[in-house]
Amino acid sequence: MAVETTPRAKLRWGVLDLVVVVFALVPVLWIASLSFKTPATLTDGKFWPREWTLDNYRTIFDTDQFVRALINSIGIALIATMIAVVLGTMAAYAISRLDFPGKKLLVGVSLLIAMFPQVSLVSPLFEIERQLGLFDTWPGLILPYITFALPLAIYTLSAFFKQIPWDLEKAAKMDGATQGQAFRRVIAPLAAPGVFTTAILVFIFCWNDFLFAITLTSTERSRTVPVALQFFTGESQFEDPTGAICAAAVVITVPIILFVLFFQRRIVSGLTSGAVKG
Amino acid sequence: MADIVLDKVSKRFPDGTTAVQDVDLEIADGEFVILVGPSGCGKSTTLNMIAGLEDISSGELRIAGERVNDKAPRDRDIAMVFQSYALYPNMTVRENMAFPLRLAKLDKETINQKVDEAAKVLELTALLDRKPANLSGGQRQRVAMGRAIVRQPKAFLMDEPLSNLDAKLRVQMRTVVSRLQKQLGTTTVYVTHDQTEAMTLGDRVVIMRGGAVQQVGPPQELYDHPRNLFVAGFIGSPSMNFLHAAVEEGRLRTALGDVPIGERIRRELEAGDAPRELILGVRPEHFEDAALIDDETRARGLEFEAPVDIVESMGSDKYGYFTVEGERASAAELEELAADAGASDFAGAGSSLVTRLSAESPVREGENRRVWFNLEKIHLFDPGTGRNLTLHEGRAAGALAD
Repeated sequence: MAVETTPRAKLRWGVLDLVVVVFALVPVLWIASLSFKTPATLTDGKFWPREWTLDNYRTIFDTDQFVRALINSIGIALIATMIAVVLGTMAAYAISRLDFPGKKLLVGVSLLIAMFPQVSLVSPLFEIERQLGLFDTWPGLILPYITFALPLAIYTLSAFFKQIPWDLEKAAKMDGATQGQAFRRVIAPLAAPGVFTTAILVFIFCWNDFLFAITLTSTERSRTVPVALQFFTGESQFEDPTGAICAAAVVITVPIILFVLFFQRRIVSGLTSGAVKG
Repeated sequence: MADIVLDKVSKRFPDGTTAVQDVDLEIADGEFVILVGPSGCGKSTTLNMIAGLEDISSGELRIAGERVNDKAPRDRDIAMVFQSYALYPNMTVRENMAFPLRLAKLDKETINQKVDEAAKVLELTALLDRKPANLSGGQRQRVAMGRAIVRQPKAFLMDEPLSNLDAKLRVQMRTVVSRLQKQLGTTTVYVTHDQTEAMTLGDRVVIMRGGAVQQVGPPQELYDHPRNLFVAGFIGSPSMNFLHAAVEEGRLRTALGDVPIGERIRRELEAGDAPRELILGVRPEHFEDAALIDDETRARGLEFEAPVDIVESMGSDKYGYFTVEGERASAAELEELAADAGASDFAGAGSSLVTRLSAESPVREGENRRVWFNLEKIHLFDPGTGRNLTLHEGRAAGALAD
């Protein structure tokens, strides 16, 4: 497709892009700015802090509450991501390669789950988990996360698997590979970008969840960061915690950014080029 | 190395369609056999069944005398070259070729030595450290071949390995494949839809149509003695001319004039269920400019005059295209062949004749030209069954044979 690149068009697109970027980033920068301000200058309305301080960060890491929530968040999100991606990879591979009875049903049900309003499940889940003793535990959050992340994983991954030429698998079998070897040594390396993409999406979903985290937890035992932030009060009840909340918000976006940056390098498009003619 | 035997092998899909029907085929050790036919004729399915990539519904497949119906592809010790090449894009050329050897758990030194050997044969040595994405089509094709030959399997299976190459490279690779097969002496089954490839490469050619084998034989035999209308029409380029022929009072009335028939054909036609209408088949090279032949030759054939549509000079000979009046030959086989050639909707009035005349012929477009054709080389087909009536004990004898 030939895109028109007259100077005017360039300018127009440039302005438009700038507006979008500013719109998206200003709130983030604002929070970052607030997190560096002292309580006295917090409400001065200046974008650039007049007095820089790291006190807010010291405060949050001094409280056990936040560190504990951070550990919960990282643990729960990582475990849920791992399980969802492994199960999703296997399911997506089967869906894209095999014709088994009930395939349409499986795809349909997973789409249904993806579209199901999560808020309507909150009360039943609360009751169920209390009965089963899962309430306020890691598995109590990991399980619903996997449930809702799996459809996402299956859909993303099966799109990736469909791009991998089936001939490669046949060739591997002819070359003497078992089904498992063909998958591990030929298909899986090629599906890696898809797996990483899915992992990022699922991790972000688990990391950001607030609804399940607030309803299915009650103590520091399993409370995750988005919820802990809400219960944040600073050192004493009488202190204004705005600065600390902002610092915590900045801190919890860091793992996401690191996670994306780490896996982004693996998402090399066109990894399958050269396999077959075309 | 081994022989491959297909004993009444059939393939039925769960939806009830039969892709391959009772194929009997014995492929000798070291033989180069071509499976050829229009798309959907079951040739690739047959190959996949030999490979083990498709289950065999019924019948038996034996490789080196051993029944392998239920063996996984990896236990059959055969290598396959795919139409798409199917190179592993995440591995270098060396790794691609070493892959089957690594799976066979050979030690590193042996693997390297074998890969280097195969690379030398296929002139891939300089490319060993490249990834498939950085290779040209022809190079990828050679890597695919290299991966097949490197572990010295019992047999090679090739699924249209040259059809993704451009025309010039395809001709070049054809000789490479041929030479390689002779050199290695490995039993090879090669699938193609290109009859030129089939004619030039194989020791024997298997022509398939609708899942059934039509005829098996050396290329020349299929060309000279086609068992039926389909084989006659499929083999040969340009293909055989087919004309409608009505049986009348011991003669055949055709658009090229009345064709006399010999004793043998007469007997065939006297049978109770003999057809009253036939299809006459003449290959382009059995025509000649009537002005260029001596009397002795002239006596063996028949002459007719027709307007010349187009002349194509090939240097070595001239292709003359004529239009003749009269009914078109029609049969299911012919329609299928036309559809496969993509010409089903391209049918003018009357019949079109393709003739291959000597280069000396002064034939010009637009003029009326007298053309002779050889009655000893013509074929007569039953339009209902497609059977070649001129075939006697496997030999075509023309219309005049006694």
